[in-house]
Amino acid sequence: MQPFTTLTGTIAPLNQSNVDTDQIIPKQYLKTIQRTGLKEGLFADWRQRADGSPNPDFFMNQPCYQDAPILLTGENFGCGSSREHAPWALLDYGFRCILAPSFADIFYNNCFQNGILPIVLTLAEVQSLFDRVARNSQYQLTIDLPQQRVRLPEGEEYAFTIDPFRKDCLLKGLDAIGVTLQHESAITAYEARRSRETPWLFQP
Amino acid sequence: MAGKTLFEKIWDQHVVREEPDGTTLLYVDRHLIHEVTSPQAFEGLRLSGRQPRRPAAVLAVPDHNVPTTDRSQGIADPMSALQVSTLEQNCREFGITYFGMHDHRQGIVHVIGPEQGLTLPGMTIVCGDSHTSTHGAFGALAFGIGTSEVEHVLATQCLVQKKPKTMEIRVEGTLPDYCSPKDVILAIIGRIGIGGGIGYVVEYTGSVIRSFSMEGRMTLCNMSIEGGARAGLVGPDEVTMKYLEGRPLSPKGPLWEQATKFWKTLASDPDAKFDRVLEMIGHDIAPQVTWGTNPEMVTDVTGRVPDPSQIEDPQTRASIERALAYMGLSGGVPIRDITIDRVFIGSCTNSRIEDLRIAAKYVKGKRVSGTVKAMVVPGSGLVKAQAEQEGLDRIFREAGFEWREPGCSMCLAMNADVLSPGERCASTSNRNFEGRQGKGGRTHLVSPAMAAAAAIEGHFVDIRDWS
Repeated sequence: MQPFTTLTGTIAPLNQSNVDTDQIIPKQYLKTIQRTGLKEGLFADWRQRADGSPNPDFFMNQPCYQDAPILLTGENFGCGSSREHAPWALLDYGFRCILAPSFADIFYNNCFQNGILPIVLTLAEVQSLFDRVARNSQYQLTIDLPQQRVRLPEGEEYAFTIDPFRKDCLLKGLDAIGVTLQHESAITAYEARRSRETPWLFQP
Repeated sequence: MAGKTLFEKIWDQHVVREEPDGTTLLYVDRHLIHEVTSPQAFEGLRLSGRQPRRPAAVLAVPDHNVPTTDRSQGIADPMSALQVSTLEQNCREFGITYFGMHDHRQGIVHVIGPEQGLTLPGMTIVCGDSHTSTHGAFGALAFGIGTSEVEHVLATQCLVQKKPKTMEIRVEGTLPDYCSPKDVILAIIGRIGIGGGIGYVVEYTGSVIRSFSMEGRMTLCNMSIEGGARAGLVGPDEVTMKYLEGRPLSPKGPLWEQATKFWKTLASDPDAKFDRVLEMIGHDIAPQVTWGTNPEMVTDVTGRVPDPSQIEDPQTRASIERALAYMGLSGGVPIRDITIDRVFIGSCTNSRIEDLRIAAKYVKGKRVSGTVKAMVVPGSGLVKAQAEQEGLDRIFREAGFEWREPGCSMCLAMNADVLSPGERCASTSNRNFEGRQGKGGRTHLVSPAMAAAAAIEGHFVDIRDWS
């Protein structure tokens, strides 16, 4: 996993609440057995109009947002299906950070597994950023993970919280399985105890 | 010291270790796998040279991509076929039990787990699928995970978790006739909203919940995720024990005695504190129909599609306008005036034998409307066999329904069962998101009884006064 420390870049605005993972990547792109190349499916049904032509109103079809590494969006982003293809597609397209007032739980977890930093800001902070991007499509933020700050060019800062464990994994780009396997003896001891106390859980 | 909730008991029993910041290594008792969210996890194991820690704790089944028509020719779509054969190969390579497409026990992963007795009270159960919440009906802590976590569980039998908050949703009184668990969960989601359960595990309590069969409890817990809660729970009781006794993977003999004794301890203590409590009254709940593009956009069958011009909050108004534009509906239209083109009875929410019995009761001796194409997709091969033994297939066929092979089918339309653009469907599934059942398709979520009646009439009807 690619480590995440600081990131400076422009913002792609998607001013909508409850964006579900069926929209982030529709089902026809889930038939792959790879985790790469999924950007083709990112918001596939919203990028295009019914006739297949590009929807000029959608941010992905507006050149000014092409290289934005930060996605700004509404409440409950990533709700619905657990498909990790959603963060894979966002990452493949170039997003490393998502700012929203809230995230769906499974999607939020999946981001951390892929080096994407999801940041919960207040509704007012998110709204303020939407306003600034609307005035200036090249508006840039700096995301400072070590200090847990979103730095605005005007000098303002938004603080955010993150679990220390997740932060550490992101900063170092750690393989979570490797970290867990360091506790192999604790897992073995747990299994030994539980197979005595609740033996039916270990059959067959 | 305050007592513990059911969730806290199960959580505490599964802590392998806990860091000072609360980050917990949580043990996983059972792991279910399907073809869509697992290939990259197995590939990850191979790349890192790791092996599954407890292959015997894993059960795999293809369900999303399988055809629901004749299977003797295999799967027509080469991508779908590759995904299913990849699952089979992975299971063979890593020694995991696999119910293949031609196995009579094959079905939707959340139908077959309980059916086999794999799902037991007090367990932790995960699957790379958000509707894993279904298994909470047994008083198991069950939730969906992503593919990286599927790999993590395969390799370590554990997950790294932070303890969620607890919510009690108590539904007291009695449910009116003709109302079902599906109506209860849709009404709950309408109340809390699709993000209302974020960060929570929900325990459903109260006399209405207690009165539900195991299948009803599964419908209820299944859609917890549609309210944003990763997991839903119902405390195990006599109904649970009766359902489990004698199932292929349920404990037997002295182990059964030991297990049931333990399961009786799995109830929230009377003085346990939930972080949030919500109360609802059973007899206030009417048959529900969704009108929009997420499950909180729901109303009583006697209600109307909301009129955006009457909505003050600009954001809410905009989201309703957007949903109505997609759904091809005008504000103010009575729900019962909405005509439909398709009916889908199936999915991990409503494809079990009781769902099919109820739907069959409503269609018996009637004919599907000439303008409607209707299908029934049983949740598993065993459900299908049971239904056929009871003659339900004949009732459906004679009424003009298609009777299909088991799988996820048109709940998410990854196989050939897809809505065409603009088609409107009364569906017993769980998500009415844009494009969920096919690009441009329009989904209305309802109970099996409501779907059956809509198939006959060609529009929604209030089953309480429908004969």
